[in-house]
Amino acid sequence: MHKAKVPIDYNNAVITIKGLQKSFEENAVLCGIDLELYQGENLVVLGRSGTGKSVLIKVISGLLQADQGQIKVLGQDINTITDKQLQELRIRIGFSFQNSALYDSMTVRKNLEFPLVRNRRNLTQKEVDKAVETVLEAVGLSKTINQMPSELSGGQRKRIGIARTLILNPEIMLYDEPTAGLDPITCIEINELINEVQERYHTSSIIITHDLTCAKQTGDRIAMLLDGQFQRQGSFEEVFDTKDERVKPFFDYNFIQ
Amino acid sequence: MDTKNSTTLQLKKKAKPRKRIINFFVSLYDINKFIIRFFKEAFVPPFEFKEIVRQCYEVGVRSFTLISLTGFIVGLIFTKQSRPSLGQFGATSWLPSLVSIAIMRALAPLVTALIAAGKVGSSIGAELGSMRVTEQIDAMEVSGTKPFKFLVCTRVLATTLTIPILATYTAFIALLGGYVNVATNEGTTYSTFMQQVFDPLTFVDFTASLIKSIVFGFTIGIVGCYQGYNSSKGTEGVGKAANGAVVTAMFLIFVEEIVIVQISSWFR
Repeated sequence: MHKAKVPIDYNNAVITIKGLQKSFEENAVLCGIDLELYQGENLVVLGRSGTGKSVLIKVISGLLQADQGQIKVLGQDINTITDKQLQELRIRIGFSFQNSALYDSMTVRKNLEFPLVRNRRNLTQKEVDKAVETVLEAVGLSKTINQMPSELSGGQRKRIGIARTLILNPEIMLYDEPTAGLDPITCIEINELINEVQERYHTSSIIITHDLTCAKQTGDRIAMLLDGQFQRQGSFEEVFDTKDERVKPFFDYNFIQ
Repeated sequence: MDTKNSTTLQLKKKAKPRKRIINFFVSLYDINKFIIRFFKEAFVPPFEFKEIVRQCYEVGVRSFTLISLTGFIVGLIFTKQSRPSLGQFGATSWLPSLVSIAIMRALAPLVTALIAAGKVGSSIGAELGSMRVTEQIDAMEVSGTKPFKFLVCTRVLATTLTIPILATYTAFIALLGGYVNVATNEGTTYSTFMQQVFDPLTFVDFTASLIKSIVFGFTIGIVGCYQGYNSSKGTEGVGKAANGAVVTAMFLIFVEEIVIVQISSWFR
């Protein structure tokens, strides 16, 4: 298992978040998040279920609106851009959903073509076919092209979900629980795929997970989300080199001691 | 303690209707916004022609068998049940005219719309609801595509275009049912029957019937899409969306029927 050897440009932040707050009715989920994601970096956001990890990337992609705070993605402020600008920005961001969110009435081919033909209307059918074949090959599932999502395994669905985002050549990848519900072998394969995507497409990524194996294998930097804020940030070893009772059990229960 | 509990219960009982009234007006506001969004997006390029055609086919195929059966039976039974009443006055020869007025003015659009509300409306509500809870709509949104245009506009246009065609088909099938009864009892020929069918009908009847079908089709599509597109709370939400699509569409169809009948009567 190797981590991608993409140089990280610490002078170029592709995502900058300052003082992000988000509540659902009276339940405060994110309470002042500050974050920077650098060009070429894989940032893993760790935290228990319900701590607002997925909310964070949904706010970044504009699916949810922040209550307060500034969110700059690729130089554009999510809170102030127009709908058209947001739509154009989203083409540059890939979002891999926890349950893959494949369009279950379409074949794998149609799933992959869907965002491409709607965002690049000048492409010929030959170019579309080529792009579909390329991303399917990148995720190692060329043979599934005519299958329906219901015929795929959990791991395959994750890969196709990632392929669907890659077809638009995104600059940023947002992974929501990429290894949730998968067996350990498939988890490792998905982790490898995340690193391969970073290497091949030169993406910067935020990976939301509570799987420490995934965090260790894919993350250049780990950020621990606790009580609505990032309590610890750094390398895997730095984050877990602590006696903090809120962090330690997380490590202990993930790895069999 | 008991007094305190009963006071709380009374307060809750008082608060419930108030909350329902507020929710009703909030929903009304939301559905208006939804309709305005439809008109803003549906007629602006790029158009999803392929998807509109696919949806038209789906709407037609889903309702075809049931509409054929119901239309025929409605025509047959209506003619059979009207015969004794007209027979008392020796006016059974007026049966074709009576049947045609009833079918063209009211029964064909109404029966088609009610069947489509059950078959198509529920299906749209459940389909979009399930897409919402499995994040498929979010996935479309984050990939820079316009899910509202692809999912909502196409379905609403499809129901609006297809229901009038289905209603026309229902009218002919119902008239066929009526003809079977008349031919069996009186031995009337098909051409005589059809002549008597079209004699009492005016331009206003056809226009009102067409407008009604278009309005019903739009209602079925927009209500189904609104319920599905805004569903939440997992699988429970999908069920609620399907149910809400049918109940609300049927209620609105009856209200629209009354309004259009009233307006068309001014032109007669």
